[in-house]
Amino acid sequence: MIEWLIHFSFALLATCRDVLPIAVIIIGFQLLVIRKPLANPKKTLIGFIYVLLGIAFFLEGLDMALFPLGKLMAKQLTSSEFLGVNPHEYILTWQTYFWVYVFAASIGFATTLAEPSLLAVAIKAEQISGGTIQAWGLRIAVSIGVAFGIALGTFRIVTGIELYVFIVIGYVLVLIQTAFAPKFIIGLAYDSGGVTTSTVTVPLVTALGLGLAQAVPDRNPLIDGFGLIAFASLFPIITVLGYAQLAAWRSKRSLSSKS
Amino acid sequence: MLKNHFIKQLYNSFLDLVPILAVVLVFQVLIIKQPIADVASLIMGTLFVVLGLALFIQGLEQSLFPVGEAMAYAFARKGSLFWLLIFAFCLGFGTTVAEPALIAIASEAADIASKGNIIAHSSEAKSSYALGLRITVALSVGFAILVGVLRIIRGWPLYYLIIGGYCGVVLMTPFAPAEIIGIAYDSGGVTTSTITVPLVTALGVGLATAIKGRNPMVDGFGLIAFASLTPMVFVMVYGVMM
Repeated sequence: MIEWLIHFSFALLATCRDVLPIAVIIIGFQLLVIRKPLANPKKTLIGFIYVLLGIAFFLEGLDMALFPLGKLMAKQLTSSEFLGVNPHEYILTWQTYFWVYVFAASIGFATTLAEPSLLAVAIKAEQISGGTIQAWGLRIAVSIGVAFGIALGTFRIVTGIELYVFIVIGYVLVLIQTAFAPKFIIGLAYDSGGVTTSTVTVPLVTALGLGLAQAVPDRNPLIDGFGLIAFASLFPIITVLGYAQLAAWRSKRSLSSKS
Repeated sequence: MLKNHFIKQLYNSFLDLVPILAVVLVFQVLIIKQPIADVASLIMGTLFVVLGLALFIQGLEQSLFPVGEAMAYAFARKGSLFWLLIFAFCLGFGTTVAEPALIAIASEAADIASKGNIIAHSSEAKSSYALGLRITVALSVGFAILVGVLRIIRGWPLYYLIIGGYCGVVLMTPFAPAEIIGIAYDSGGVTTSTITVPLVTALGVGLATAIKGRNPMVDGFGLIAFASLTPMVFVMVYGVMM
C-alpha cells in the first residue's frame, strides 16, 4: 500500500510537471495582461485539481491494467509462433497477418472511444451545436475512422507500400469531401483528426507498429514502425465528413419525399 | 445532488471503457488462448481509469472550459490583437515543449538519425538533435495556434489554411530524408495533449462566440487541426536542414 502511494505520488508529480507550463502561461496572462481576477477562483482551482487527479489516476490505471496487456498482445499476435510460420523459409503473404488487422481495428476503435481529448471536443460540439451533433455519434464516427486507419496502417507495414502514397490519397479524399460536406462540420471534422491520438491510443498503437515491423521480414522497425499515428489522425476526418454528408443527405431525402 | 451527478459520471466513464476491456479479453481468451496473468491488477487498474476519467470530465466542465472561454472573452473585450496573438503562441509553444509523448518520439528520432548517419554517434549530438526537434515542433504548434486565432478574428475559411498546410506536407515529402518522414507524420498527431485540447477548443469557440459575425460551430473549431498539420512540415524542414 505504501509502495503504491509513493508510486502514485510520483505519477501525480509528473502530471503536475507536465501541466506547469500551461498553468504559468494562464496565470501570467491573467495577472499581467488581462488584469482581472477569475470569476470563480475557488471553483476553478478545485476543478483544476480534479483534472490533475483525474489524469494521474487515468495514467496510473492504464499502466497497471491495459498497457502491459495490450503491448503483450501486440507482441504475441505478431510473433512467428502465433502465426505458425517460419519467417526465414516461408514466403509470407499479407493474408498471414489477418488477426493483426482485426486486432488493430478493434483496439483502435476501443481506445478512441475512451480518449479523454475526444470526449472534451465531443462535449463542446454537442453544447454549441444545440444537440444537432450528438457526442456519441461523433465519437463513434471518429472511432470507426481510427479503426480503419490503423488496420490500413498495419496492412501498409506488412506490404511495405510507401507511407506517403496513402497519406496523399487520403488528403485528396479529404479535399474532395470538404468541397461537398456541410460547412458547419468542417472545422470539427479536421479537429477530430488531431485529438484522436493521445493518452490511450498512442502507446498501444506504437507498440503494435514496432512489434509488427520487427516480425515482418525485410521491415526496418525504425522506419516502418512509425506512421500508424498519421493514419489514425487522417481517417477520422474522412469518416466524420462522411457522417455529416450522410446525415445531410438523409434529411434532404426525407424532406423531398414529404413534399 | 452532486454525489448523484458524480456517480452518473463514474457509470458513463465505465461505459467508455467497456469496449477496450472487451477487445482485450476476447483476443486474450479466444485468439491467443492464454489466461490473463494478473487479474487483480487488471481490475484495480480499470477502476483507476474509470475514476480518473470521471474526475477529469468533472474538472473539465468546472475549470478548463470556463477558463479557456473566460480568457477568450476577456481578450475579445480588451481588443488587443497583439496580446491575444502572443497568448496564442505561448499556449501552443508552452504546452508542446513539455509534452511527454513528444519527448519520447524526439529521442527515438535522434536514435534513428544517428543510425542513419545523419548526425554523429555521440550522445551529445543525439540529445541536441532531440532538443532541436522538440523546439521545432513546439514552435510550429505555437505558430499554428497563432495563425488559427488570427483566422477566427479575420474570418478566413478554415480550408485555406488546411490546404496550404497539406501543400506544404506534399511539397516537403520528396525532399525530406526517408528516415524522418514517418516521424514527421506522426509528430503531428502526438502534439495535442489532454489538457491542451480542452483549453484550445474553449479558446477557439469562445472567440468565435465573442466576436460578432462569427459562428462558433463554423469558425470555432479548427485550431487543433492546424496545430497537428504544421509540425509535419516543420519537422521535415528540420530533417532537410540537419
